[in-house]
Amino acid sequence: MSGSGLGISAPRVGGSERVTGAQSFAADIAIEDVLHVALVHLDCGHAAIEEIDTSGAVGIEGVIRVFTAKDLPDPVPRFGPRFADRPVIATVETKYHGEPLAAVVAVSKEAAAEGAAAVQVRHKELPGVYSIDDALDPESPLVVDPALRSGDDPLAGSNVRQRWDWGWGDVDSTEADVVIEETYTFPMVTHFSIEPHAFAAAPEGNGIAVWSSIQHPYFLQGTLASLLDLPISKVRVHAPDPGGGFGGKGFPKYEPLVTMIALELGRPVRLVLTLEETFQAVRRTNARLQLRTGFTRDGRLVFIDAIEDFMMGAYADIAPRVISKSSYFAAGPYKVGAVRAVVRGLMSHTTPSTAFRGFGAPQMTWGIESQMDAAARALKIDPVDIRLVNLARPGEEIVPGDRPADGDWRQALNIAAEKVGWGEPLLPGHGRGISVGLKASATAGASYCILRILHDGSVSLIAGTSDMGQGARTILTQLVSENLGVPMERVTLVMGDTAVVPFDYSTSASRSTVFMGSAVVDACQKAIADLRDKAADQHHVSVEDVVFTPGQVSVDGAVYTLPEVLNDVFGAVPGEIIVTGSQRGEGDANHPLGGAASFYEVSCTASEVSVDLETGDFELVKHITVADVGRAINPQHVEMQDEGAAVMGLGHTLMEHLILDEHGRIVNLGALDYRIPTFKDMPSTMESVLVENGDGPGPGGAKGSGEGGLLATSPAIAAALSEATGVVIKDLPLTPERVWQAMHGGDEGREQ
Amino acid sequence: MSPIESAITLTVNGSRRTVRVSPSTTLLEMVRSRLELTGAKECCAEGECGACTMILDDEPVNSCLVLAVETDGSEITTIEGIGAAGMTPLQESFLATGAIQCGFCIPGMVVAATALLERIPRPTEPEVREGLSGNLCRCGGYKRICAAVMAAAGGAGAP
Repeated sequence: MSGSGLGISAPRVGGSERVTGAQSFAADIAIEDVLHVALVHLDCGHAAIEEIDTSGAVGIEGVIRVFTAKDLPDPVPRFGPRFADRPVIATVETKYHGEPLAAVVAVSKEAAAEGAAAVQVRHKELPGVYSIDDALDPESPLVVDPALRSGDDPLAGSNVRQRWDWGWGDVDSTEADVVIEETYTFPMVTHFSIEPHAFAAAPEGNGIAVWSSIQHPYFLQGTLASLLDLPISKVRVHAPDPGGGFGGKGFPKYEPLVTMIALELGRPVRLVLTLEETFQAVRRTNARLQLRTGFTRDGRLVFIDAIEDFMMGAYADIAPRVISKSSYFAAGPYKVGAVRAVVRGLMSHTTPSTAFRGFGAPQMTWGIESQMDAAARALKIDPVDIRLVNLARPGEEIVPGDRPADGDWRQALNIAAEKVGWGEPLLPGHGRGISVGLKASATAGASYCILRILHDGSVSLIAGTSDMGQGARTILTQLVSENLGVPMERVTLVMGDTAVVPFDYSTSASRSTVFMGSAVVDACQKAIADLRDKAADQHHVSVEDVVFTPGQVSVDGAVYTLPEVLNDVFGAVPGEIIVTGSQRGEGDANHPLGGAASFYEVSCTASEVSVDLETGDFELVKHITVADVGRAINPQHVEMQDEGAAVMGLGHTLMEHLILDEHGRIVNLGALDYRIPTFKDMPSTMESVLVENGDGPGPGGAKGSGEGGLLATSPAIAAALSEATGVVIKDLPLTPERVWQAMHGGDEGREQ
Repeated sequence: MSPIESAITLTVNGSRRTVRVSPSTTLLEMVRSRLELTGAKECCAEGECGACTMILDDEPVNSCLVLAVETDGSEITTIEGIGAAGMTPLQESFLATGAIQCGFCIPGMVVAATALLERIPRPTEPEVREGLSGNLCRCGGYKRICAAVMAAAGGAGAP
């Protein structure tokens, strides 16, 4: 490819709107005569609902109506991406702290909130499943009614929703010189998009229009069509660019409720969650990894024997996929001869966990990489060297029979080591750590787009990816510009309305550049072919005599600009070139994950810390991430994504942890008590380095990116702390208190 | 709605506005709902995230914590009032340094940084970090936001 588009750090498309306040997010969009919804929930986790008295609320001025399960179809419809287990509203019990059991509709937000506070709920708190140990305890209550599970499910009488047994080779007969046996925990953390989830719905014709801050508008459209028994064409989803998603806005949450209320009232309604309600709506799957890892004397990884428990919430959402897809890669980016992994996805009376940047890989990487460091210490091998020995080289398999390594990961590791100053003398109280993480990208899916070259040569691209900060608008615009030779400012991108924009499977798994990007390139090629055909017809020459180069067409030696050739082929009556582009991944029904990953996202993190040995407090002196991205279509965008992922990784590594009390309540509910990284938590030096070998399946050899920067944060920083202090910590986050406790002996701070 | 609404008059982005508000309406709610200026965002609603930052009589405030009735007679600048006559160098700098990801925090960041540069025209990097520490960006754009502010102030720090 040549031209102006690829590898250029073009400024963000949509950046001006964002910096001036003109960008409209879901809660900003004006909807005429809209009513406001406030949710009612209980101050405990698991409870039986005995009676809901709405009389206090309906008496409040401005309150229109209160909806409970009784106002919805009986039985209350259920939905979900893996299992249809989540009711539109709680029915006989609440299964997590914050699960809505009533919705108050009023003419103003204030009246709705006042109404919600006036709803009286007689309830009985029930014993709950609030931890991994609770979930595995046969005496604990069952979170999912066995009647809702399939009849032949042998696990129906337990809180294990799904179990996976991954493995190859023979662990028991594999000889190892050293075996490291340890348990690691990864906490519950929440997405904390700065934009709280916002939903609205309005009857439209004989269907419904819905607005949502959702990442996957077409999935929502399908869910609503199915719940309401409407043709898909009668469900219109407006999906304005989300104000951060990170996986938390992938799948439907309260859109079905809002939609049913709007249809029942025949009026538009809107629900904007409070930040506290978003904490209660989405979180990352917490995990406990019990790992037995065997190594030879020279540091070769020979087996992994694992029991891995992931705590999902009250409803499965997409968590089973998070767990299976991450745990399947039992050794991450390493070659290993034998694996035996028992992996359990556990139900609990907690916020449903869902996709979250890294999709299970940060949890897995925390265990896999901490074991590598433990082995390096035990065998007195340099942590870089032990990784170099074991990292799969290009073409080598990491799971037998599956997609082999598709990048030079050792190169990335070496760059990270060099950038952090690996091997150089350290100041007292300082330490360094280095780590590698792997995440598998999308296995199947489809992206479609429509491309129109208008008669003045400008372009309209209609593509259904959500731009939630990753910069999809910029990348797709650059691809059009590159392929057609049309300046970026003459390309307009239309997104976010299922009534006009064709299907896109999802905005997840770092798939947009590879999938939608390839669909856009496909559309450009078809547009060029169509243009050449038309020009050949017009000039009575063969199509081979029409040559397209970006921005111009030459016919028999005469050169035309795009507007000229369009004018030439259409004559007095204007026309336009209209084509569709597509990229499909069909998957493989026989593959355990439904298909091999279309690429691997591999990232190395190297960190240097300075620890105050008196208090356990520490700061990050240097934090390096190296991302193997194949090709950066917009280096600035890729770097800012990678830096952003690194900062998010600092969150779950250093400070973030949802804390539950014995009633299943989130104690640190809200921004005051749940800390995320701020300007003050930034490393003194932070750098993102890109490895570009053109070895990805996307345009120009691109891979997806933007999740990698947080995969390996925790083990890198923990290893740096270990070098500085001599103690090894196996639970996150690495709070100063936890560091101090570890330094002063004892496992009192250990997570159970 | 409420019978105890009262009328207040204030200057918003240079225009005098009279609005009827209830005693519990926040400045943020009034500006977003009554004045239909939606550039300021609501996130935490407790003064921790900075997404709703406005300038109230020359001071940056979390408008979610200010009652509208308290602003009677005041002068308010929102994101819409910054660069209304063309983008400011600070806004241009945000674009150039790649400081913008999802953009939800950015209006608050720009308002807070504008106020910071009014107070300290050539801040050091620690001063920028301190000055903006009340503004959260979950996309993790802190490094570039900091660089954008430094570059706009004519200091070093642009990447």
